[in-house]
Amino acid sequence: MDAIVVDRLTKTYKPAWPWEKPVTVLSNVSLSVTQGEIFGFLGHNGAGKTTTMKILLGLLRSTSGRVELLGSLADNVAVRSRIGYLPESPYFYDYLTAEEFLCFYGKLAGLARETIQKRIAELLERVSLTEARHMQLRKFSKGMLQRIGLAQALVHDPELVILDEPMSGLDPIGRKEVRDIILGLRDQGKTVFFSTHIISDVEMICDRVGILARGKMLALGRIEDLVKKHAVRSVEIVCDGVVSSDLPDVKRLATRVLQRGDRCLIILPGQNHLEQVLAVLRQAGGNLVSVIPHKDSLEDIFLEQTNRKV
Amino acid sequence: MRSLVVVAGNTFRETIRDKILYNLVLFAILLIGASVLLGTLTIGEQSRIVNDLGLAAINLVAVIIAIFVGIGLVTKEIERRTIYTILARPITRVQFILGKYLGLGFIVVVNIAIMFAMFLATIWLSGNAIHGSLFQAVELILVETLLVMAIALFFSTFSSSILSATMTLGLYVIGHLTSDLKGIAEKSQNQLTEAVLTALYYVCPNLELLNVKGQAASGVLVEMGYQVTATAYGLLYAGLLLTGACLIFQRRDF
Repeated sequence: MDAIVVDRLTKTYKPAWPWEKPVTVLSNVSLSVTQGEIFGFLGHNGAGKTTTMKILLGLLRSTSGRVELLGSLADNVAVRSRIGYLPESPYFYDYLTAEEFLCFYGKLAGLARETIQKRIAELLERVSLTEARHMQLRKFSKGMLQRIGLAQALVHDPELVILDEPMSGLDPIGRKEVRDIILGLRDQGKTVFFSTHIISDVEMICDRVGILARGKMLALGRIEDLVKKHAVRSVEIVCDGVVSSDLPDVKRLATRVLQRGDRCLIILPGQNHLEQVLAVLRQAGGNLVSVIPHKDSLEDIFLEQTNRKV
Repeated sequence: MRSLVVVAGNTFRETIRDKILYNLVLFAILLIGASVLLGTLTIGEQSRIVNDLGLAAINLVAVIIAIFVGIGLVTKEIERRTIYTILARPITRVQFILGKYLGLGFIVVVNIAIMFAMFLATIWLSGNAIHGSLFQAVELILVETLLVMAIALFFSTFSSSILSATMTLGLYVIGHLTSDLKGIAEKSQNQLTEAVLTALYYVCPNLELLNVKGQAASGVLVEMGYQVTATAYGLLYAGLLLTGACLIFQRRDF
């Protein structure tokens, strides 16, 4: 079963004044997230990631389209007891201590007092905030707030965790801790749907990825498949024992030829003329050192999709 | 129901940790204490002065809490975005609104009880009689405060803090002048003015119905029928406003 189903989701804001135009922030967005996977929702700031998440959680109403969470329609309040959510740049009740804060969210989720106490101890340990158990949230740093926010999203042991930019504002250690928590959730069979604009986060931990730009879904699938779909962008050949000035055919076919002493670096714009160039190099008595095809990375795909297709 | 109680409990805790609340209650207690000194300056009217000032202080502080804490109940949650994580839990928007109202309502009841206890202690210490009418006046002050809280909550479901405060204060002032509105409407030569003022008279809450302080200060008991009707009127009006607040809040995007 899919944990999240989004089908042709559209959100248009009505103008405040008659002379203004309506603004469409999501246009026919469709995606599905399988149970037990980590899904990365990638997009620039303002792409529509947070809007999609808010619609999933019933904070915003869609203009059209269907949204299902764990087999129920998104406006079903009861299903939210199985969902954890961390908003972007969260601000919490700063007059509460870490313990009171988690207790409040545990009670809201309908947990029993004993369960809450057990979960609080576990979670504070998991997000490295045991020492701050009795500290008011107003004294927390940004990183600590992000971690306690993550703990509140997990306090009721949800099946589906929705995280909006969970790594933003964290230092490298904090980012790694959050990545480890997300991976730990997958190991427990939980589904994680998280948004980010940082590609390395997605590449490191996601099973599948969706790329959103200006309210439109541009690419969706496994990272390997998305990368595979794209042809080899360039081929780098390193060859010893040849002089580039003696190879006019190679120079004609290459985008760049660099000579460093006895060594020649040739960059070809794809694989089309690779065999032809290799034959020329062998004929000239060259000693082939390496042939490296360069494929698009997720970053290249992201930049290409977001810049050109919209 | 449990979610509603959890939200109410948190609202109570939030307000109780706000220093402004203590300052206001302290101000009321000082005012009540000062009324004894003022009373000594008058001849034969000491009891009335103490009663008048004490009831006025309780009313003023309770209404200030209702307006200024009441408007923040929802607007603060939206402006600080704490509402996102609350509404992402298994809680309906109606439960959220009612929980907020209930939490502040409890604060108001506790505060009025504390101020009233101090007031009664002051009367007793100054050697004056404690009239039953004072209890009647304070009960209607509580009803008025609950009504003003509902007004503040209603406005805060669709407008900013400043706008909500302005509109609630405006309605509070108009609410004490509704009989004047009717009088002006009757004397008006212009039909449109008369229609507007008459409509305002019927739409705006008549808060003067809940004001029996003058009578109570003199030790004159209010008729029980009036007391019950005025209480029912105030609570019904608050109920209507809360229904409106829930309906608006359910349609809101965050």
